Amino acid sequence: MTTKKTRAALFLSAASFAALGLAGAASADTLRLLTWGGYAPEDVVAMFEEETGHSVEVTLSNNEEMIAKLRATAGGGFDLAQPSQDRIAGPQEEFGIYKPMDLSMLDESQFIASMLEATKANTTVGGDIYGVPHVWGTSALVVNTAAAPMVKDYTDLCSPDVAGKVTYRLKRPTLIGFAYAMGLDPFAAYGDEAAYQEILDAVEAKLIECKAGVKTYWSGGDELLNLMRSGETVASMAWDTGGWKLNAENADITTVAPAAGALGWIDTFVLPAKGQADQAAYDWINFVMKPEVAAMITDAVGNFTASAGADELVNDELKARFQNTFPPEAVDNIKWYPPVPAGLEVLEGATLDRVQAAG
Amino acid sequence: MQAGAKLGFILLISPLVLWLGLLIVIPHVDMFLVSIRERIGVGQYQTSFANYMAFFGEPLYIITFIRTAMMSILATVITLLIGFPVAFYIAKIAKGRLQSALFLLCLVPFWVSELVRTFGWMILLRETGLISKFLQWSGLADQPVEMLYNDVAIMIGLVYTSMLFMVVPLITTMESLDDSVIEAGYDLGGNGASVLREIIIPHAMPGIVSGSIVVFMLSLGNYLTPTMLGGKDSLWFTELIYSQFIVRFNWELGAAFGFMLLFLSSVIVWGTLKLTGQTLKSTMG
Repeated sequence: MTTKKTRAALFLSAASFAALGLAGAASADTLRLLTWGGYAPEDVVAMFEEETGHSVEVTLSNNEEMIAKLRATAGGGFDLAQPSQDRIAGPQEEFGIYKPMDLSMLDESQFIASMLEATKANTTVGGDIYGVPHVWGTSALVVNTAAAPMVKDYTDLCSPDVAGKVTYRLKRPTLIGFAYAMGLDPFAAYGDEAAYQEILDAVEAKLIECKAGVKTYWSGGDELLNLMRSGETVASMAWDTGGWKLNAENADITTVAPAAGALGWIDTFVLPAKGQADQAAYDWINFVMKPEVAAMITDAVGNFTASAGADELVNDELKARFQNTFPPEAVDNIKWYPPVPAGLEVLEGATLDRVQAAG
Repeated sequence: MQAGAKLGFILLISPLVLWLGLLIVIPHVDMFLVSIRERIGVGQYQTSFANYMAFFGEPLYIITFIRTAMMSILATVITLLIGFPVAFYIAKIAKGRLQSALFLLCLVPFWVSELVRTFGWMILLRETGLISKFLQWSGLADQPVEMLYNDVAIMIGLVYTSMLFMVVPLITTMESLDDSVIEAGYDLGGNGASVLREIIIPHAMPGIVSGSIVVFMLSLGNYLTPTMLGGKDSLWFTELIYSQFIVRFNWELGAAFGFMLLFLSSVIVWGTLKLTGQTLKSTMG
């Protein structure tokens, strides 16, 4: 009799524990966020945890690694990811690693309308929308204007005046930037593999010709900052924030908008296919798109966000640097990445390998 | 009794079997299946050897592999040439506390991660780095000297990283060499060179072979050191594999490269053993 009672009691308490656990899971989740360095500053995470009761685990990564990670688990392991808007449709068609976004869960009025619409259009696959915009910025030139005032465009990095003191990445933005500076239009050729290959071949020849003057191909942001800071290089192709960060230390170094146009990217929010905390993910998006929170992120990372009204709240120094690099006509000249069709990376990869191997 | 022994055997062998099976055999089978897939359209694949054909069809890939293998062999030879006298000194000449102290000194660099060690070399070798500054200060150079971003820097990094794996097996084999054998060699009219050739090297052979295999494999499979210290021409084979997997989303080709690396490095080790008249069996004792 006693044993039976004990057993029943045990069962009851176990059941109530389970119920408690479930209830707890519904209201407060762990958000596993796969993002870029600086997009989830500690103070923002702390404010979010305080306000919603969710906890946040941040994993830092980049576009390629995000997609590779999600591909390895078929979209599992994370609840929210932040790839660039041009890298969503292709991988989604190819690997099916994301799930459609339920826009009714978001406060769309917090977004800059034009940027939201553009991102929606670029991340639509089979009628479903997969991404909404978060942080945007450009790839441009970071130049020591005292030592290399003549560098105005991507191809100027090949100029004999700066030979041996130049660095850029051996990645796809370099291919695209050089193509534009050579008067070609790679984005228009995205849909036509043969035409794109022709552009790649022309850029390949140019990059091999330029190779002698390159000090090294940088691969990490810190490496680039060190090279420019120490004066070992005086001109580079890099993210705009790199130049602004250096500008704070050395007024000669700044970001220059290339004559052919800076390359504009928008990092987005997407839901991985097997994400388990969608509610927390939507809560996070709504939270960080609030103008005051978005301004905190801009201050941390140096890039502006798609949050409507946030740029009013950003510190004046950063705004001044931005306007210095990008007068209105340079903003209009930004080339925004269209979605990369599946399979294009393979062509670009072969080109990049050949450039690196050419001696 | 019989059944008990059998159970004991199964219990003892199971960690090994699980380790090999779960972490080595199954992933490799899966990797092989990926490597024989060919992408023919968006999300569509068919079985073929196209990825292996791509390896042999593109000279770049073969050249990169040969370059990587050659540099790894060179790194192994240099490590052996530096490690041998060091090991001999520690095993035969140093005594007592000095011996342990020297051995410990070989170990110390391995208390920090490879990443930190490589950063250390970057700080020393870069144009605004320590060595360059010293050369300018001492008047040996009149402008900054760039020593980073080239093959020599890679070689320094590789040798430094793998030194321990050469020195330890060498010390172990040389310690087992009886001093009286060396004395007898001198008594019988030998000189330093002939004692080294006829007595010490043959005795240390198992250590040399196992140390060389480990160093060669570590260098060939190294990713960090060549990427960080190497320059714009220094493409390492593991970088190719990484970029196929991560940057190009081309797992099929990356998996094929992985298998070619496994296969070709095994061939190189086997060929070298044959050439030098060694067998794995005699090496492992």
